[in-house]
Amino acid sequence: MIKVEGLTKRYARNVAVDHISFEVEKGQIVGFLGPNGAGKTTTMRMLTCFMPPTEGSATVAGFDVRENPMEVKRRIGYLPETPPVYPEMEVIEYLDFVGRIKGVPTANLRSRIDEVMQKTAIGDVRNKEIGKLSKGYRQRVGLAQAIVHNPDVLILDEPTSGLDPHQIIETRDLIKGLAGDHTIILSTHILPEVEATCQRVMIINRGKLVATDTMENLSSRLHGAETVAVEVLPKDGSASPEWVRSVQEKLEKVAGVSRVIAKDAKDSRARFTVESQQGSHVRPELARAVIESGWQLNELHGMGLSLEEIFLELTASTYETKSEPTSEAGPQAAAEETK
Amino acid sequence: MNTFTIARRELSSYFRSPIAYGVMCFFALITGFFFYSAVRFFLQQSLQATMMGQSVPLNVNEWVVRNVLSNISVVGLFIIPMITMRLFAEEKRTGTIELLVTSPLRDFEIILGKWLAAFVLYLAVLGISVLDMLVLFAYGNPDWRPMAVGYLGLILQGGCLLAIGAFISSTTRNQIVAGVATFGVCLLLWVLDWVSQFDSSRLFMVISYLSVTSHFDSFARGVLDSKDAVYYVSMIIFGLFLTSRSMESIRWRA
Repeated sequence: MIKVEGLTKRYARNVAVDHISFEVEKGQIVGFLGPNGAGKTTTMRMLTCFMPPTEGSATVAGFDVRENPMEVKRRIGYLPETPPVYPEMEVIEYLDFVGRIKGVPTANLRSRIDEVMQKTAIGDVRNKEIGKLSKGYRQRVGLAQAIVHNPDVLILDEPTSGLDPHQIIETRDLIKGLAGDHTIILSTHILPEVEATCQRVMIINRGKLVATDTMENLSSRLHGAETVAVEVLPKDGSASPEWVRSVQEKLEKVAGVSRVIAKDAKDSRARFTVESQQGSHVRPELARAVIESGWQLNELHGMGLSLEEIFLELTASTYETKSEPTSEAGPQAAAEETK
Repeated sequence: MNTFTIARRELSSYFRSPIAYGVMCFFALITGFFFYSAVRFFLQQSLQATMMGQSVPLNVNEWVVRNVLSNISVVGLFIIPMITMRLFAEEKRTGTIELLVTSPLRDFEIILGKWLAAFVLYLAVLGISVLDMLVLFAYGNPDWRPMAVGYLGLILQGGCLLAIGAFISSTTRNQIVAGVATFGVCLLLWVLDWVSQFDSSRLFMVISYLSVTSHFDSFARGVLDSKDAVYYVSMIIFGLFLTSRSMESIRWRA
């Protein structure tokens, strides 16, 4: 659906986007992740034909953004970081305007607007001035605007920025509900957002794509190890340093465990982070070790590898290996960088 | 079609902000005053002329209409920045320009639509002064033809300044800057005419030719001169062309 090759945007002084290549298949939700100023918005603006690329090409639904911008624009719904709404207009009037300029046939416009308002749950404010709506509603109007012409591709730039937690969850659910009909690229610098909504993630840093993969692959590829958090209470009394040490020794003896890191004990409980080799299912063994020693197991959960860690690792590695042609991000990203 | 969609939205936003009403109110007051003083002066002069024994009555068109229309053309220099300052600057500031540019619209449709909306508002404002003129028809017997030519001149001059204002608005994201700069340019185009008073060398003739108001004089007198009409129409096209160049640069620089 979307194919990007060597896309570059150069300004007078700096390179905002540096030879990015990726492909997005139909119906996927892809997260575009990166710190602020990494080049997410610039890439999206090039895809939406807001600005032309300096180099490289991007095609949306088979149409090149440079050769055929009109066709691309017809097939893209775009929600910029701040919803492009006119505060003095009423919701329904605004959607009517957007529908018209996006080329929705006038005969279908009415029903299309009703459908979109239902999808984004803004029917109850249809006759309100947009300027008087809450931020969450305004964001949903922005989303409604992006899908009013039923585009193949949806490009959402930080769709949840500035919303409260409740609104964030609503918006994410809304976006998930839109997948399937639309191919979605959403950008964010909030990591859990990608975990919550996207099937694939592309991590961009300083204008370069440092990793692109499915969520699962990304975490397993980066780390062979699995991390488990363990919290243990003594049978009775308080957690003396000697006792904590003895628990640690016990845990280290469990088969498959490669390292046990003690965290500061608090409220007479001992907390550890246990690292193990991949594939060795240490959690039952850890539980047994604790119970058999007569202690109480208060908590035991796998931490996996959060996106946050992946992200930090990837972005940090680009800082370190900036002068080298390849990064430690993995074979795919490395291949892209050497292109 | 898209042009009209844009124009309609733009126009409705004019009438939902205080701008349209403010401009109309300002214009009604000022032109009302000019009209009143012109009529008073005219009456005084006619009275004197009759007392002096002049048998031919003074010409209303010459004394009132021409004066008032010339004054309106100057008032236009003040109201046009108010009309055009928000056209593009506001959309650039709030980011709605991104919606327009990423929609399947051509630049000229956006520009023409916006200019058209400003133009319609300007016509509505001018319409207020027609009420004053109707008073003349009620109590006197003015010739409507030179008056119509005068209005055509006002319309053309307005269209041309609106195009220039649209261009200036498209270069900034600050309405106030756009307004002040447009006002400055309007004023300059008015003042340019004065240089021809000092000298009639070729250079000064060219400078004077560029002045917006110098081309209005013949219209005010009721003379339809193709040279002046051509000037205005080409200025409109030139202003809109500059705007389209500036729109393009939004993409390259943004």
